[in-house]
Amino acid sequence: MEEKEITAEPKEKKTHDKHEVVIEIKHLKKSFGSKDVLTDINLVVHRGENVVVLGRSGQGKSVTIQCIVGMLTPDEGSLKVFGEEVAELNEKELKELRMKIGFLFQSGALYDSMTVRENLEFPLTRVLKLKEQAEIDQRVEEVLNAVGLSEAVDKVPSDLSGGMRKRAGLARTLIIKPEIMLYDEPTTGLDPITSREISELILDMQKKYKTTSIIITHDMECARITADRVVIMDEGEYIEEGTFESLQKSKNKIVQSFFKDIS
Amino acid sequence: MAEEITIPGWKKWLEDIGEQVSFFIRFIKNIFVGGFEWSEFIRQCYEIGYRSMMLVGITSFIMGVVLILQLRPTLVDFGAASMLPKTLSVSFVREIGPVIIAIICAGKIASSIGAELGSMKVTEQLDAMDVSGANPLQYLVVTRILATTIMVPILSVIGDAIGLFGGFLALNLRDHISLSLYATKVIASLDYTDFLPAFIKTIFFGLAIGFVGCYKGFHSSKGTESVGLAANSAVVTASLWIFVIDAIAVQITSLLFYK
Repeated sequence: MEEKEITAEPKEKKTHDKHEVVIEIKHLKKSFGSKDVLTDINLVVHRGENVVVLGRSGQGKSVTIQCIVGMLTPDEGSLKVFGEEVAELNEKELKELRMKIGFLFQSGALYDSMTVRENLEFPLTRVLKLKEQAEIDQRVEEVLNAVGLSEAVDKVPSDLSGGMRKRAGLARTLIIKPEIMLYDEPTTGLDPITSREISELILDMQKKYKTTSIIITHDMECARITADRVVIMDEGEYIEEGTFESLQKSKNKIVQSFFKDIS
Repeated sequence: MAEEITIPGWKKWLEDIGEQVSFFIRFIKNIFVGGFEWSEFIRQCYEIGYRSMMLVGITSFIMGVVLILQLRPTLVDFGAASMLPKTLSVSFVREIGPVIIAIICAGKIASSIGAELGSMKVTEQLDAMDVSGANPLQYLVVTRILATTIMVPILSVIGDAIGLFGGFLALNLRDHISLSLYATKVIASLDYTDFLPAFIKTIFFGLAIGFVGCYKGFHSSKGTESVGLAANSAVVTASLWIFVIDAIAVQITSLLFYK
């Protein structure tokens, strides 16, 4: 099979080092039982890039980022993060790697027995092992201000709207200042206005925290706002990549089907 | 595309046993990794112990009353009505109290832990904890299993006392016996071979209840239906384990203490 090595093509607006490879995936394969979900995934992500993975539901878009963070082990192929093969890391090394990666789940995955403050304090005290309450409070306040959720600090997740949950989930992920952000369908289930707000927030957070991001979505507006580069996934492979604008002119019928409603 | 592979039932069962052993080893390791979650442990002791007190108390009281009402006619026929306090106290402290209270706890606590952790699994909270670099086993599993291991024996002791008091009240429905005489008879009829083995087995009952609840919750699948299945399966499996542990404990106790 022809190798589809997808390389970076970030926009000129980035100011940090564009050449350092942060994530490198080669010929990644993953099956569940008899279903081949990832058949041949190849991707290189450079520091500071926002890469959007577009694809239909059930195509295994999320499986790739679950492999990146070590939740799933690939069947074949190579997946390196910061030059280290994820599948070969021991428990301690994987934990250290995960401290550099933020993962925003589709549902936000807030701990529902805790308030927003306790949710945010959890990674600070358990992962970063911070002891000073003043430092913890300062970090919580900073990140809540960044996502515009200061007023909800003492609320429990069940009292939050869908958009607020996503913001709180994003705040909890950003509070440990990760170098890589993985977003799993960040705008799913939200109304168009809130979706746009979350997409703009993702872009703002990338600029503020200088993160490298992979955003899994099928929301074209989210892709348009956040992407430096868009990768189209179909049948377990990345079939085409480029900027949002360049893909709009693609001749590939599958790619066209994503962009046909975009004016 | 690969062919569908059917795994035989016995192989799945063996795999499940292997997973349970692995989960138990990880639980033991995580007790000693440092950074014990004291606040969560105390919260769980309160949730598991204090909040189960009323249920355990009412059940034990009723059991004490019912046992006296059931035993009395037979013992009266044999002219052994004076043996009622001894018969109740030995049977209740050795066997009926610990087992009934453990079954009640399996129903209330194992299901609650199974449903809570199953729900956290469905809503990706366990994954979120894991990928953030935090340790869900240390925060969720160690605290809950240790809390049940400590609180079930305490509940059992309290339940025994309430059950025996229920027996005293039931005895006074037909006969007249003072509380001091009843207490003297109860204390005189019990020694450490009645109390100690029963107390030790309740520690294992507590361990089984916490472990099964956590295991079923952690290993539930990701659909909403799985939360109910995890809770249900936790109760059934924990109850089964209680009877298995009881059978082993009685055998060991018989060999050590009774001739």
